[in-house]
Amino acid sequence: MTPSEKTTTMAHASRVPWLTLRRKEALEAWLFVSPTLIGFVIFFLGPLIAVGLYSLTEWNLLSQESTFVGVANFRDALTVNPDFWHVVRNSALFALGLVPMNMALALMLAIALSRPFFGVVFFRTIFFAPVITSAVAWAIVWKFLLQGEAGAVNQLLASIGIDGPNWLREPNWAMFAVIVTRVIKMVGLNMILYIAALQAIPRDYEQAAQLEGASRWQVFHMVIWPLLAPTTLIIMVITTIGSFKVFDHIYLMTGGGPENGTLVLAYYIYQQGFEFFNIGYASALAIIMFVIVLALTIVQLILRQKGSG
Amino acid sequence: MSLSHKQMQMIKRVLWTVSLMIVAVPFVFPFLWMVSSGFKNAAEIFGQPSLLPATWRWQNFLEVFDHQPFARQYFNSLYISGAVTVVTLVISSLAGYALARLRFAGSALLMLFLISALMVPEEVTIIPNFFLIRLMGLMDTHVPLVLLPVFGAHGVMATFLMRQYFVALPKELEDAGKMDGLSRIGIWWKIALPMSRPALAAVAIITFLHSWNLFLEPLVFLSSLEKFTLPLALANFTDAYGLPLWHLQLAATSLAVVPILGVYLIAQRQIIESFAMSGVKG
Repeated sequence: MTPSEKTTTMAHASRVPWLTLRRKEALEAWLFVSPTLIGFVIFFLGPLIAVGLYSLTEWNLLSQESTFVGVANFRDALTVNPDFWHVVRNSALFALGLVPMNMALALMLAIALSRPFFGVVFFRTIFFAPVITSAVAWAIVWKFLLQGEAGAVNQLLASIGIDGPNWLREPNWAMFAVIVTRVIKMVGLNMILYIAALQAIPRDYEQAAQLEGASRWQVFHMVIWPLLAPTTLIIMVITTIGSFKVFDHIYLMTGGGPENGTLVLAYYIYQQGFEFFNIGYASALAIIMFVIVLALTIVQLILRQKGSG
Repeated sequence: MSLSHKQMQMIKRVLWTVSLMIVAVPFVFPFLWMVSSGFKNAAEIFGQPSLLPATWRWQNFLEVFDHQPFARQYFNSLYISGAVTVVTLVISSLAGYALARLRFAGSALLMLFLISALMVPEEVTIIPNFFLIRLMGLMDTHVPLVLLPVFGAHGVMATFLMRQYFVALPKELEDAGKMDGLSRIGIWWKIALPMSRPALAAVAIITFLHSWNLFLEPLVFLSSLEKFTLPLALANFTDAYGLPLWHLQLAATSLAVVPILGVYLIAQRQIIESFAMSGVKG
């Protein structure tokens, strides 16, 4: 303890005996974090525990009755209700389509736009613009563009002799359409994360590799790609979690249809909870979603650790 | 004819720019089509498509306000997003400062605790939050639209962004402030915050946009038209059968999107950097 600290401590000690300097600092810290912490407990942690409890009940909001049923809701979802696996399959398809497409496009755009050239700011601004636009606006406009015959996309295709499908009315095409429009909306974010990572790589590395006679592809594959690994991991985790959260985009473009072809887990929870009022079942779905997202995150972290170790 | 090295470079550059422009089409086209269709009449919307309307129908933009209390809804979105931004700035910078600078038992655990929130989608907690808000008598008010983003995953993200920034700041000025007899809160307000403008700006920008674009929470908590926020209002331009009134919906969407885009075009560098700092969206 330095002399000055000692005197302060003693000065405090004379007024409030138990309030040492260290305790004072801890007390101040807790005061500083208390708004965040209290709100977090009330609106996040409490609800997270509550949804676990709800999931063990049979509770329909219309009948106003709630009875404890154990794991019946989970059994119902996993073994009885045919919708559930269909929904999980849709969510998996959505993620499997969206994550690689988003990341590949983001990386290509980032490589194209990480070095200064005339117009680089212009292109970055354009590719990022959908990120700041509301998902609702984006979904409304794309729904308009993707209408059957009158839609601008199909009119455009017709002008080059292609007979476009009724995008949002056929289950497989609808899934394809929501994935692609979502990628266009969000790819700018991953693009700028990749640009930042690319710009942090010293140019000497590349130049050294080129001097050794490495081709462009070899430079990318052997030098750049490994250096991007931490960024790739973060992007992959964020994008995967993000793909499970998508609700507004699908709610507005397809309403989960056609034939539940785009009914994903986030939407299914909303539908069961707020349209059909099956609170117990919807809560079980929420817990399942929580577990899936947690498991995917952990798996990705472990895979990466193995890959680098 | 053989081309000189310079000419080759020139051709490469042109090809490069042209291919980027082609990729850019699906990013730009929706905005252009949205605005131009907002000027079309109901018949032309489904007629032969053209980027420019045959006749510019300005009335669409007035009828938007007849169909719904659109001005009121616009104002709702503005003031709610403003409130969320201010509250988030205050509490996230307080907590972020404590996590960066103050030593206290349990700070590491608290960090871990908060980080876990970043992974949980809001769909997981929306059902209990619905009952909580109903219990508090706050259904069909704007209060939950402020509370939930502030205290949910988004608020946590803001706290971490602030913490990362505070950690990297030099301590000397704060120590000098302490010598001058400033209290802890004084050091935070008079020294740490003024030095953190870039982080505060980033939090403000991301938070405002997050709240402005929020959809699930308004959908769950609001029921009366004059309480709606913009995203909810935009989804609501339908006829008696629930089919979209495209010309009005697209005019309204243009009114909601174009001002934000305008600000974005002016401040694009700052806005893009803010998102790069967060790295935790979407």
